[in-house]
Amino acid sequence: MPVSLLWAVDVYGRVYSLSTAGQQWEQCRNSQMEFKRVTAAQTCCWGIACDNSVYLNVHASDLPIRYQEDTYENQRWNPVDGFSDRLLPSDRWQWSDSSGLQHQPLNGFQLPSSTWEWEGDWHVDENLEGEPTEKEGWTYAMDFPAAYTKDKKWNSCVRRRRWLRYRRYKAMDTWAKIPSQQTTLPDPFSDISCGGWEISEEPGGRLSLWAVSLQGKVWFREGISHHNPEGSSWVEVPLPGEVVQISCGPGDLVWAVLWEGQLLVREGISRDNSKGTSWAVVESPNPEVGAIHVAVGMNVVWAVTKDNKVWFRRGVNSHNPCGSGWISMVGEMAMINVGLNDQVWAIGCEDRVVYFRQGITSSELSGKTWKAINVPRDGDRSHSSASASSLHSAGCFFSGEVRAPSVASDAELDIEHPPGDGAISNAPLHCPEPCVDAHKNTSSELCIEPLKPHIPKVTSDSFISELVSDRKPAKTDAESVSSAVLEEEVVPGEGEVNVLSSDAITCTQSGGPPDPQWSNVDLEEAQIQHVQTGAVPDSADSCSLSSVATYTLALEDQYGADEHPLWAWVSGGGCSVDSHSQLNWFNCPLNTSMLQSVQSMSLSVSPAQTAAWRKQIFEQLTERSKREMDNFRHYEQAIEQSVWVKKGAMQWWRDWKPHKWIDVHFALEQFSGADGNKDGILFIYYNYHEEKKYLHAFINEVTILVPVLNHSKHTFAIYTPERTKQRWPIRLAAATELEMYDWLALLSVSCCDSRGIQGPPSKQAIWSITCKGDIFVSEPSSALEATPYPTPCDQMFWRQVGGHLRLVDCNSLGIVWGIGYDHTAWVYSGGYGGGFFQGLASSTDNIYTQTDTKSVYIYENQRWNPVTGYTTRGLPTDRYMWSDASGLHECTKTGTKPPSPHWTWVSDWAIDYSVSGGTDREGWQYAADFPASYHGFKTMKDFVRRRRWARKCKLSTTGPWQEIPPIQLSDVTILPCSAQSSVDVVPLWAISNKGDVLCRMGVTLLTPAGTSWLHVGTDQPFKSISIGAASQVWGVARDGSAFYRGSVSAQSPAGDCWYHIPSPAKQKLKQVSVGRTSVYTVDENGNLWYRQGVTPSYPQGSSWEHISNNVRKVSVGPLDQVWIIADKVQGSHSLSCGTVCHRLGVQPMDPKGQSWDYGIGGGWDHITIRGNSMEPSRICLSSMTDPSPQAPRSPLPVRSTESSSALNLTM
Amino acid sequence: MLSVLFMTAGSCAFFRVHLCAGGPCSLCPTGKSNSSTMADDKDVLRDVWFGRIPTCFTLNPDEVTEREAEAYYLLLPRVSYLPVVTDKVKKHFLKVMRAEDVEEMWFEYEGTPLKWHYPIGVLFDFHASNTVLPWTITVHFKNFPDEDLLHCSSNSVVEAHFMSSIKEADALKHKSQVINDMQKKDHKQLWMGLQNDKFDQFWAMNRKLMEYPTEDGGFRYIPFRIYQTLSDRPFIQKLFRPVSPEGHAHTLGDLLKEMYPDALTNDGEQKRYQVLIHGIEPLLETPLQWLSEHLSHPDNFLHICVVPVPTD
Repeated sequence: MPVSLLWAVDVYGRVYSLSTAGQQWEQCRNSQMEFKRVTAAQTCCWGIACDNSVYLNVHASDLPIRYQEDTYENQRWNPVDGFSDRLLPSDRWQWSDSSGLQHQPLNGFQLPSSTWEWEGDWHVDENLEGEPTEKEGWTYAMDFPAAYTKDKKWNSCVRRRRWLRYRRYKAMDTWAKIPSQQTTLPDPFSDISCGGWEISEEPGGRLSLWAVSLQGKVWFREGISHHNPEGSSWVEVPLPGEVVQISCGPGDLVWAVLWEGQLLVREGISRDNSKGTSWAVVESPNPEVGAIHVAVGMNVVWAVTKDNKVWFRRGVNSHNPCGSGWISMVGEMAMINVGLNDQVWAIGCEDRVVYFRQGITSSELSGKTWKAINVPRDGDRSHSSASASSLHSAGCFFSGEVRAPSVASDAELDIEHPPGDGAISNAPLHCPEPCVDAHKNTSSELCIEPLKPHIPKVTSDSFISELVSDRKPAKTDAESVSSAVLEEEVVPGEGEVNVLSSDAITCTQSGGPPDPQWSNVDLEEAQIQHVQTGAVPDSADSCSLSSVATYTLALEDQYGADEHPLWAWVSGGGCSVDSHSQLNWFNCPLNTSMLQSVQSMSLSVSPAQTAAWRKQIFEQLTERSKREMDNFRHYEQAIEQSVWVKKGAMQWWRDWKPHKWIDVHFALEQFSGADGNKDGILFIYYNYHEEKKYLHAFINEVTILVPVLNHSKHTFAIYTPERTKQRWPIRLAAATELEMYDWLALLSVSCCDSRGIQGPPSKQAIWSITCKGDIFVSEPSSALEATPYPTPCDQMFWRQVGGHLRLVDCNSLGIVWGIGYDHTAWVYSGGYGGGFFQGLASSTDNIYTQTDTKSVYIYENQRWNPVTGYTTRGLPTDRYMWSDASGLHECTKTGTKPPSPHWTWVSDWAIDYSVSGGTDREGWQYAADFPASYHGFKTMKDFVRRRRWARKCKLSTTGPWQEIPPIQLSDVTILPCSAQSSVDVVPLWAISNKGDVLCRMGVTLLTPAGTSWLHVGTDQPFKSISIGAASQVWGVARDGSAFYRGSVSAQSPAGDCWYHIPSPAKQKLKQVSVGRTSVYTVDENGNLWYRQGVTPSYPQGSSWEHISNNVRKVSVGPLDQVWIIADKVQGSHSLSCGTVCHRLGVQPMDPKGQSWDYGIGGGWDHITIRGNSMEPSRICLSSMTDPSPQAPRSPLPVRSTESSSALNLTM
Repeated sequence: MLSVLFMTAGSCAFFRVHLCAGGPCSLCPTGKSNSSTMADDKDVLRDVWFGRIPTCFTLNPDEVTEREAEAYYLLLPRVSYLPVVTDKVKKHFLKVMRAEDVEEMWFEYEGTPLKWHYPIGVLFDFHASNTVLPWTITVHFKNFPDEDLLHCSSNSVVEAHFMSSIKEADALKHKSQVINDMQKKDHKQLWMGLQNDKFDQFWAMNRKLMEYPTEDGGFRYIPFRIYQTLSDRPFIQKLFRPVSPEGHAHTLGDLLKEMYPDALTNDGEQKRYQVLIHGIEPLLETPLQWLSEHLSHPDNFLHICVVPVPTD
């Protein structure tokens, strides 16, 4: 889980945030004013401040928000001037947009607001669809508009070039005022809510922002996106009534509360229409008591009624935004907020404490219990002195309110009272009947009657709400209240100054503590207005009263604020927690000294790894072993070593045809050696034609154990070198998942033991990832890169490391980074194990929770017929109407399951519009027939169509990986270097998932995660990046061309400029890898290219040379060794897709190598050998001439063939 | 579903067959671990478990024998108990003795009867830590010193003692919650792991006994015993928490300061005592909780021997 923030506003308007990793509220210090409301998203936080303006606080990110402005300069040729800006009258503007229709002179571009700045000056784009143009950047054509080429031809009559300039949003981490539109906004906003970022697949930044004005109108902020965080304008949304509060969920849910207490549901919100189309009305949960507050999430709606009761709406989802019914929940809350993952926060109506709803899961959306978040605020002590001043400004804020146009209407009069109603209802809390009766009796003036039974409880917890809510009607209670207050007043001796200051602010700050029942400062304010206009003496009374109240508050703040912060508003829209999150919010002692001691303790424990005492123990134990055992190895062991046999029933995918699962007995026999090392043999006992037979494999010959978990079978595959050659592993299926992992863990430990491998992977380790995201690591031997006889790569032993990744990169200093399917960046923590490895197979330190999400896709297919048009009725020969991409397998919405039991659905099926080839508005792609190439629009020749549906699923596992928030990545590369090289700061480059090129600062051995990103500007998004041993950085842009970054060095880690390198003819590159000197790329058609002519003086090289086809990915290492993932490899028994291959014969004079050696696969997706800088040992070279050193090497392959023939015999 | 059984190598016909089939080299490790890896706490557990003391057993010269008894050499596991690992010794000496001369076997080192219910490593550290190896133990078959030693008729007595120690330790650590949650077979697994020297088997279960809620910062109390030479009491055992009321992690030094301040060397003083755990002297600033998790004996107690510094 990345660290994220929960935002809250206290009753003085101070904004605080609480980190999911933190234990105290941090005040948002850079705000000069108080806030009424905040609404948070992950990237930013919106708020309404005391000046009634809307403010935006965009969280600082290493990735700047920048926008590319472009315009075209157009010229026409004439015989006199040649090309000149003298155009024909019918021509386009001399400066125009791409289409030529818009006049766009360079000086016509203005910064949209003061929060933007220009990043540089205008420059010419010298790249035409991946092809570099001449220096001036001109592209030629016969006439406008036409296809432009980079070459000038005899008939080129016009030319144009593109100018680029970037502007950058600069108001990061500060509250920037959104310029108001005075003409269209007659009244200030009273509520604001953002959400909607899940509606479209657009990457982060797109938001829906809804606001409510004091007059009850609803406004929508148009045009908020990543490139335009402020949005463009407010648009009023027509309403059937007057709204008091609105809530927008992350998805398409938007609910609002009407003055009258009913709820409004926005319908018709979709990807194309984030504003929605219409409102539907939902009655208040309690017909007698109207709703005052609503909060919506992805699939949930929570509401609070005027009696502070909490309600949960059943059956809410995208298709049914209105839901089906209310469920009454425990607790009395002033307000509720739903954050990410439908998690819920609330503020207690009595105690003003922020509560977290515990136990909310996707299957139990209503959660279990309310739990108070009891963490202190930062510098609570230091605040106390400041409290008077902040109080003062809070007063100013509310006095500002009073000057607002008087809008007190009859409707408001009605509304104004229910707070009192709400307040008193805490008295008859446990017997609602009398209350209801009271309502029945009084109907319209329901507020007056029930006041009588109310006796204010003068406790420190509740007195504010008592005082405030009872302000007007509580004259009878005033005495008791003020006496109580007086008692409190006597306490302090040094409070005189405060008395003065509180006197000074008297009436103006009467709204200081906002109405707890409404949590709505403006309603409060409306009350005051009414009070002031309607009944002056009363108001004076109430004002002085409440000023006393705030005074006491101030005192309390001074002496015991840590005990009891009072909150007014909370927003969890940016707070990413779920039911699994480990939060420190609840076990935090309020006593700050305790807090410090807790921290100091955890500090003293955590650097245990490096502590002297620990080192001492290791050293002494080693010494002890030497002293007590080394000279006595010949002694007999006291305990007889024995064989440990583990047996079980399994199914085996039999080797002979017809292949099928048959029941077998499976046994692992382990033998322990004297030094604790173990070895073993595994047996598969089966019946063949009634005859009992068995198959066996030596544990020390097993090269890898691959879990293949799916919904139908819990299977795993066992490979030996021979089985790898055959592409035919031993496939076994256990009865349950648990059993499978039991076996895998045991077998894995046995394999490692037999090879003497334990602990974390070495720095030289080779990492690879399967198409299921499982991570494997192999320890290279020095013979791996030897020539001419390297270790065959089917003999490499791979062991699994916990976690789930899509790609990984490393170098020989032991720095390893990975990227998940959800583009989250992870850094290797130095541990091992995790996942299903428990106990001894896993380190206790450095194992963390890791989550990943990915989408599952299915296709809806339709055929056109003349009568009914497109229908789900296909031809008998057609594919399934719901199918996978191939059309061969039926995949229905209900029948499709997540990839394995580890994955759980986290969203509903939704149409996927981001399909290559484009789609129409409903997501359809058309074609003449299945299967064919599809296009995103309908033509006369199309008879079939399909659309893709996506559903997100999530996996939660553990592994030695720590998240590097917050920027999502699509590629990463780390400087390969020799193990003994002393690099202090390790260059690391990455591509964000938006295509930005980033350079990581501060990556060292001690801080492998680095500290911050440096953005490297590019004129187009990138998709691959690689850095070589000499800091040569190569990238592949989205148009398929390559770029070389000039002058990258330790002094200038980001280099200075990009050199454009065209791709091989008619190919679009997709990946690049740079080793010591070699540069290899892979194109979209699976061709592997080597860059010719790369020299230190000309690092860009001269041309591309084709090396191989059938390549999915390449990794070039610090020895210029070349490893790939091959698409298809034919084995003796079967074909494998996604196979690790090693280029043989790579030598300094022959960097392209000779041929491929085939390793583990299929199903492999990624490999990095960039950590292996182990030079091949010299022995191998001498072995060419001297056969004797080779002798010990030969038994390995020979023995494996022997045992394999033995295997064949037993079959 | 899954069954785990134990056989000695001799009794496993299958195994021998395959040993031959695979050739002896099939059971040799083919690769050595990468030595560059940083040491992990798991290695400590391993080192502790596989600690061995080379021992020379000699028969008490007073015993009546038919012919001269040869000394018997054995590597004794530090974490085990004498009766568990001395079957071979008994067998060896019985060969030269008449059956009627044999009573209950007991061991003595330099005149001190060795208490079988202390782990072997503790006996060694306490009595013989600074002697020349191998450790020479005298074997007796008569004159059982009833006042010094408990009788041990069979390994089940050791098992009962071992399990009661584990239970006592868990009572201190977790109010017995963990051990009580375990099933009978889990208890058996702990004992079998020790008896058969199966590190993985033992730790697969013992791991649970070493867990504690993170927010507590450690066990409730640390199960420890301090053995001292100059005292009538066999050992010191009191309640001691891993974390101070102020939230600091207690160290070995803190424990000794409270339990046995004489063991500590004051400033300017000559070091008088060695504080030995598993034959090593951990630094006094070592956190007690860590020690308890990693340097406890299989009985879950931290056995600390305070012995005088050798004079020579």
